[in-house]
Amino acid sequence: MTTLKWTPVGSIHDIPLRGARCVATPHGKIGVFRTADGKVFAIEDHCPHRGGPLSQGIVHGASVTCPLHNWVISLETGEALGADEGRVRTIPVKIEGEALFIALDAAIGKAA
Amino acid sequence: MKEKLVIIGNGMAPGRMLEHLFETDPDRYDVVIFNAEPRVNYDRIMLSPVLSGEKAYEEIIIHGDGWYIDHGITLYKGHKVVAIDREARTVTSDHGAVEPYDRLVVATGSVPFIIPVPGAELPGVISYRDLDDVQAMLLAAQSREKAVVIGGGLLGLEAAAGLKARGMEVTVLHVMPTLMERQLDPAAGYLLQKAVEARGIDVVTKANTRRIVGTGRVEGVELDDGRVIPATLVVMAVGIRPNVALAREAGLEVNRGIVTDPWMRTSDPAIMALGECAEVGGNVYGLVAPLYQMARVAAAALAGEEGTGFAHSETPTKLKVTGIDLYSLGDFADGDDREEIVLRDAAAGVYKRLVLKGNRVIGVVLFGETADGAWFSDLQKRGTDVSEMRDSLIFGQAYQGGASADPLAAVAALPDDAEICGCNGVCKSRIVTAITGKGLTSLDDVRAHTKASASCGSCTGLVEQLMSLTLGDGYNPAAVQPVCGCTTLGHADVRRLIRAKKLKTIPAVMQELEWKTSCGCAKCRPALNYYLVCDWPQDYADDYQSRFINERVHANIQKDGTYSVVPRMWGGVTSAAELRAIADVVDMFAIPTVKVTGGQRIDMLGVRKEDLPAVWAELGKAGFVSGHAYAKGLRTVKTCVGSDWCRFGTQDSTGLGIRIEKFMWGSWTPAKVKMAVSGCPRNCAEATCKDVGVICVDSGFEIHFAGAAGLDIKGTEKLGMVKTEDEALEHIVALVQMYREQGHYLERIYKWAKRIGLDEVRRQIMDDADRRRAYFDRFVFSQKFAQVDPWSERVSGKDKHEFKPMANIGFAEAAE
Ligand code: SRM
Ligand SMILES: Cc1cc2nc3c(=O)[nH]c(=O)nc-3n(C[C@H](O)[C@H](O)[C@H](O)COP(=O)(O)OP(=O)(O)OC[C@H]3O[C@@H](n4cnc5c(N)ncnc54)[C@H](O)[C@@H]3O)c2cc1C
Ligand code: SF4
Ligand code: FES
Repeated sequence: MTTLKWTPVGSIHDIPLRGARCVATPHGKIGVFRTADGKVFAIEDHCPHRGGPLSQGIVHGASVTCPLHNWVISLETGEALGADEGRVRTIPVKIEGEALFIALDAAIGKAA
Repeated sequence: MKEKLVIIGNGMAPGRMLEHLFETDPDRYDVVIFNAEPRVNYDRIMLSPVLSGEKAYEEIIIHGDGWYIDHGITLYKGHKVVAIDREARTVTSDHGAVEPYDRLVVATGSVPFIIPVPGAELPGVISYRDLDDVQAMLLAAQSREKAVVIGGGLLGLEAAAGLKARGMEVTVLHVMPTLMERQLDPAAGYLLQKAVEARGIDVVTKANTRRIVGTGRVEGVELDDGRVIPATLVVMAVGIRPNVALAREAGLEVNRGIVTDPWMRTSDPAIMALGECAEVGGNVYGLVAPLYQMARVAAAALAGEEGTGFAHSETPTKLKVTGIDLYSLGDFADGDDREEIVLRDAAAGVYKRLVLKGNRVIGVVLFGETADGAWFSDLQKRGTDVSEMRDSLIFGQAYQGGASADPLAAVAALPDDAEICGCNGVCKSRIVTAITGKGLTSLDDVRAHTKASASCGSCTGLVEQLMSLTLGDGYNPAAVQPVCGCTTLGHADVRRLIRAKKLKTIPAVMQELEWKTSCGCAKCRPALNYYLVCDWPQDYADDYQSRFINERVHANIQKDGTYSVVPRMWGGVTSAAELRAIADVVDMFAIPTVKVTGGQRIDMLGVRKEDLPAVWAELGKAGFVSGHAYAKGLRTVKTCVGSDWCRFGTQDSTGLGIRIEKFMWGSWTPAKVKMAVSGCPRNCAEATCKDVGVICVDSGFEIHFAGAAGLDIKGTEKLGMVKTEDEALEHIVALVQMYREQGHYLERIYKWAKRIGLDEVRRQIMDDADRRRAYFDRFVFSQKFAQVDPWSERVSGKDKHEFKPMANIGFAEAAE
């Protein structure tokens, strides 16, 4: 088992509740989401349908609706919900105090 | 010659009787009705929703004026009958109208009981019986002061909830130790009191009113223990008495009510009585279900059929206060010969009690969860032996005989003669037969043909389930299409409740209207956000997280995640300086595509999100503001060159278009709004396929609306003709405001207008100057908060976080 490498990406307060921000990485963007109850999730910012930027969608419950054609993606599992099929990669997140980290290896793993 | 049928009283009972009569024997009688109330027949039981604001009076009318005309009925509105001459067979009204009769029906209803304490006659003390009472309460509620409701029964609690919803401080005084003691056992009465108090209504039980204090008008209520509760309004809802004075004077046999046989005939063979004023089999009634049974019997008798007469049955009581679910039926007193089954779930606020006698259900009290009411009522009515299912009986129908918890299965399992609509006594098979026999597909049709769910509406869910069962996929419940999966309410209900309950935040709406999800979804949140923006322009803080990305960042997202930028070009007019500024911006940011849009302006496509604020800053220097090409709001006002240049132009169409656009930009609407002004009927601005269009003519301005040229193509309808530009602006603004207040989210003007009727729009905007002006003023008020250029706001730093990544992780870092 490889240990995760945590990269700081900012403070939890940088993300509005029921909102998202994106993090640019050499391997594409990652959407970091904060739900109404303050949970934080990170997933690839790339809709399984046609690549829509999920970080621009409306966040509700623990899911986000893609801004391009309204697919609903689970933030917990990365799966498309409802009748649609597809999934995006989820990225581990860690909160220490207010600081937010994502496990970049997981993102890089995509390129590997 | 036709026989003459005269009816005294135009309430719910005789109205129903006439419907039956016209079905079986439409031509037998000339009908004349006297009504002390100056109005048509309306649904009295829905007065509480009118009081609370959840319904409008127009929505509870049972028979509109047209119905009386269609059936050739003479209706004396505001005529109270003061004498019946049984010798001469005539009746006389207080305004001196005299009508002879062959058959007479007395349906005078009840009179509210006023407790005979000193001060009961003071102004400000009212009863709760008719629309006038509701109007008096609404007037008093405007002062936002204190109301005392005397009486903690059904009417009193509905009045209290309504007044509270209208912003008054309310205290309920009840003489007994628990509320609604005639329908509820003490445990349920207690839960009810808690639920009422949770809405901010004070409840005082064991409160005996000694007198009502005040000089000139009511100032408070004094109790036996000396306490005085201040009040500017006192509603007495302590009970009703059958209204028998007229019948007694005429010498008819009267006991508690006007005595009739089971065929509703009084002691005079030419005279019948029905409704709350009638006493049949020694009983008088105060709920509509038995009255409707009387109506059926009476109609048959008038048609010359001697069918089965009236028979007593128990009617369940439900409280029509949104959010309090309560159901009671039959006899629930304790007794040695009785057993009871009780279920309590304190956390969920649920209480259920069944009273059994000899293994048969005789009484039911349900609080907090009432879905099984119909089933228990059915068991009670049939006297079913329940010993087999005793252990699981209280859990409801879903737990019997291995049936699943699927509500459809439960409805499917109901026997054919199970009563679905208690108010109207409609059983399952009648609804199913009507659906299949008459090919009904909508809830409204089923209501029209069977009356099921047409009164208090609490069985609407059951009726819809029956429709689903009968029609399968053929049932498209369009009538009550919920906003989305998060709620059962449709857009119209949500809008009405937001206003009625003064809900001013999305969490408040979701809490109060019992949303099924914790924070909604991408369908309901933008809709709620719009409704709140529209209804509370001053108080509501726009929830950006509930806006679609385009409205959040004020640009249109493109398929590759870049954005397009469309500045306003007022009325489609531009200048060299503006074009030069656009050219410079395109160069500066290497914008890949520049296109002239279908809306007479220029679109810059392919702008990177990070560049948006800088692009806007540059455009702003040249005086450009956002074109809202992304908004459910005012988009474009297209114009033609008009009288300035065109040889056919009759008016300054360009100038008017610019004026309208400058007046209305920034406003949010249910769906996008596009307009156009053409200088003559050649119509080069294509005004006749827009949401609102103007065709200029020599004599003025022809205003059009409800056109479409997108997914649907539809020519506009004419709204009307006005003479001046000022008038044109006022009418257009008022029309759009009316739409803003009534439209469902994403419903374009043409769909809204079709839903509410083109004539209704014309009536309110063209014919009713006061209303038009009021719409206009409300629009102007809301513009104070809306007409802010979102681009310049963002250039100065608003929502900065939207436009840049929260972190940029470089290769080095990533590879580390
Ligand atoms: C740019 C433009 C096409 C063009 O290159 O000319 C355009 C572009 C889009 N239209 Fe349009 N419409 C444009 C004029 C029209 C017109 C013609 C007009 O306005 O005179 C119509 C028909 C008139 C009408 O609306 O009834 C039109 C009917 C639609 C519809 C169908 C609406 C309907 O209710 O039937 C949509 C879909 C929607 O709104 O849901 C739509 C949606 C769109 C969207 C917003 C699609 C989207 O959701 O991303 C396109 C955005 C592209 C962008 O980023 O700019 N567009 N669209 C025009 C912009 C006008 C402007 O200056 O603001
Ligand atoms: C606020 C409220 C809520 C209610 N809620 C429910 C409920 O949830 N469920 C339920 O089943 N029932 C409910 N009821 C009771 C129900 O409304 C009545 O049982 C029903 O309306 C009685 O019908 P009716 O035709 O007998 O009399 P009414 O509907 O009272 O009609 C009598 C009419 O006769 C007129 N009249 C009287 N005297 C004369 C005269 N001399 N000449 C001419 N006209 C005269 C009166 O002005 C009145 O318009 C409620 C009642 C009220 C007031
Ligand atoms: S017609 Fe409108 S919505 Fe369709 S592709 Fe063209 S711009 Fe887009
Ligand atoms: S790209 Fe996300 S729904 Fe189509």
